[in-house]
Amino acid sequence: MIKKIVLMGNPNVGKSVVFSRLTGANVIASNYPGTTVDFSKGKMRYEGDTFEIIDAPGTYSLDPSNKAEEVALKMLREADIVINVIDSTNLERNLYLTLELLEQNKPLILVLNLWDETKHLGINIDEKRLEQILGVPVIPTVALTGEGIKELVINIKNARVNDKIKPTSEEGRWIEIGSIIKKVEVVEHRHHTLRDRISDLTIKPHTGIPIAIGVIFISFWIVRLIGESLIIFVLDPIFDNYYFPLIEGLSEKIGPGTIHTLLIGEYGSPIDKIESLGMLTTGLYIPIGVVLPYIISFYFMLSLLEDTGYLPRLATLVDKVFHKLGMHGYGIIPMFLGLGCNVPGALSTRTLETKKQRFISATLLAICVPCMAQLAMVFGALGKYGLFYIGIVFITLILLYIILGLILNKIIRGESPEIFMEIPAYRRPSFKATVKKTWMRIRWFLKEAIPFLFLGVLIINILYAIGILQLISNVLQPIMSNFFGMPGDASIALITGFLRKDLAVGMLISLNMSPLQLVIAVTMLTIYFPCVATFAVLIKELGIKDMIKSAALMLGVAAIVGIILKIILLGV
Amino acid sequence: MVKIMNIKSIPLTQLPINQRGKIVALDGGLGFQRRLRVMGIKEGQIVKIVSKQPFRGPLTITVFGCQMTLGRGMAEKITVEVI
Repeated sequence: MIKKIVLMGNPNVGKSVVFSRLTGANVIASNYPGTTVDFSKGKMRYEGDTFEIIDAPGTYSLDPSNKAEEVALKMLREADIVINVIDSTNLERNLYLTLELLEQNKPLILVLNLWDETKHLGINIDEKRLEQILGVPVIPTVALTGEGIKELVINIKNARVNDKIKPTSEEGRWIEIGSIIKKVEVVEHRHHTLRDRISDLTIKPHTGIPIAIGVIFISFWIVRLIGESLIIFVLDPIFDNYYFPLIEGLSEKIGPGTIHTLLIGEYGSPIDKIESLGMLTTGLYIPIGVVLPYIISFYFMLSLLEDTGYLPRLATLVDKVFHKLGMHGYGIIPMFLGLGCNVPGALSTRTLETKKQRFISATLLAICVPCMAQLAMVFGALGKYGLFYIGIVFITLILLYIILGLILNKIIRGESPEIFMEIPAYRRPSFKATVKKTWMRIRWFLKEAIPFLFLGVLIINILYAIGILQLISNVLQPIMSNFFGMPGDASIALITGFLRKDLAVGMLISLNMSPLQLVIAVTMLTIYFPCVATFAVLIKELGIKDMIKSAALMLGVAAIVGIILKIILLGV
Repeated sequence: MVKIMNIKSIPLTQLPINQRGKIVALDGGLGFQRRLRVMGIKEGQIVKIVSKQPFRGPLTITVFGCQMTLGRGMAEKITVEVI
């Protein structure tokens, strides 16, 4: 039988990095508590034995206070061996969970991670002595560099059920920890470092708020700069000079007919990269030529923000505002992740403590936060008319986030507890880790986006061929034009948006609307429904009953905002 | 057991920034107290305020070399002694 090894530990101690080291599998690791909200499984082979390694979400104790911690507890019950990863710079607090785990009668190994940091902080831990006291193997590691991982692997067979620590009360454990710390740890006095000073500046309101505005502004500026440069200098030249000439040749060979329409678009007309709606043209150009550059730049910047440890500070600064919206400061994390893709954004709502907070956070995410795939297309579509139009879309969505949050906070019943989160020390992000993490997310995007775009193009072509789309367009035409000031065909794009938002924006572009009409259309496209992938995750996270409520809100709000925008922007 | 508070015992929210205090009592439900303790906020620990966000926003504190942010309401349930 394959033995199950579960990694347990407080949030943000580096369990996911240890997991990646042990299994060679890659999981996202960051410098803020709550990166892992679900478990990941991987295999490790050692001396002919195969082990299943499970990376569990972090927890401070075996009494869960949110959904992510409940997952950790469930994983613990299935474990044959427990690897308890702890932050050596914070031994005393981490030992509480260790003692609870030792009482579980499961073979355990203790990993003192972040061992290098203890030296910088003047902390000396006698790990041999700790091993004697606890009666289980104790291995110091620096998971980021791989130091100590080999010893950990060798010692897995030495994992033991401890016979030294007896089950006791909460108070008993603290007394025990006090006496352990006295025996194994010496802390030298240290001076304020530059890192501490930066930490102070970014969390004190009078300096922190201007810095936060600057960081967000510069981040978006860099995302756009890198994204646009990639398009202008790399991708467009490749597509224009090499790929599309090839497709034109192919077009000649295939000749007119259904296959041509499906693969390339209508025969005879000049090939339009976005509007032709062929699988090899639109289906490939949108994800790779338009969206991918922004995915690369966005995830690169997000990785930097995640790995330095800036996000928890930002959460502290915005806490008061988010509290008024029925969440607390941590609510900014689903929002940030959601800007890349709404799916991980929706999953990260698990770290919020109550149902009310999770409902508000997930609903606002689905309604007001456009994903990078959609944003990239909006930049492409509206950018040429000037930033003014993109500005209207953004301001509308931000205002909506705030107004809707204020309302939901009043009408949704339930608790909205205060923020309580650890602020990790700043860490210099390693270039290698940042590139690796960005690459993992890009690969995920390509695997998700291209099949769905192909499918989208295929379905649209079939529905066109049998006349269903024209029918829908005709039926919805009076609604679209009377209420929202858009042509009937925009309804087809909105329906397509359920499959992929980027494809939908592409279809809107081909309708030759005025810039202001386009603004209304893309704003409504963001609001009315998330894409099907996000929808599925939301059903799972919120439950079917709350999801129906949430979906009703999405449709209602989309209609109201569409009508208001039409009155304001088109003046009719 | 009733703890006799001396004159210098104040809620954590009233501790001035950068002033060190010693936690003398935790208030509130048992579950809440346990949540604080497992994060390192417990009787006898030395605590320092790093920042207070405006309009009764959260406090950021340092306890035993580790920083954390907690809401005002929570901080009011922590009694400290100025040292």
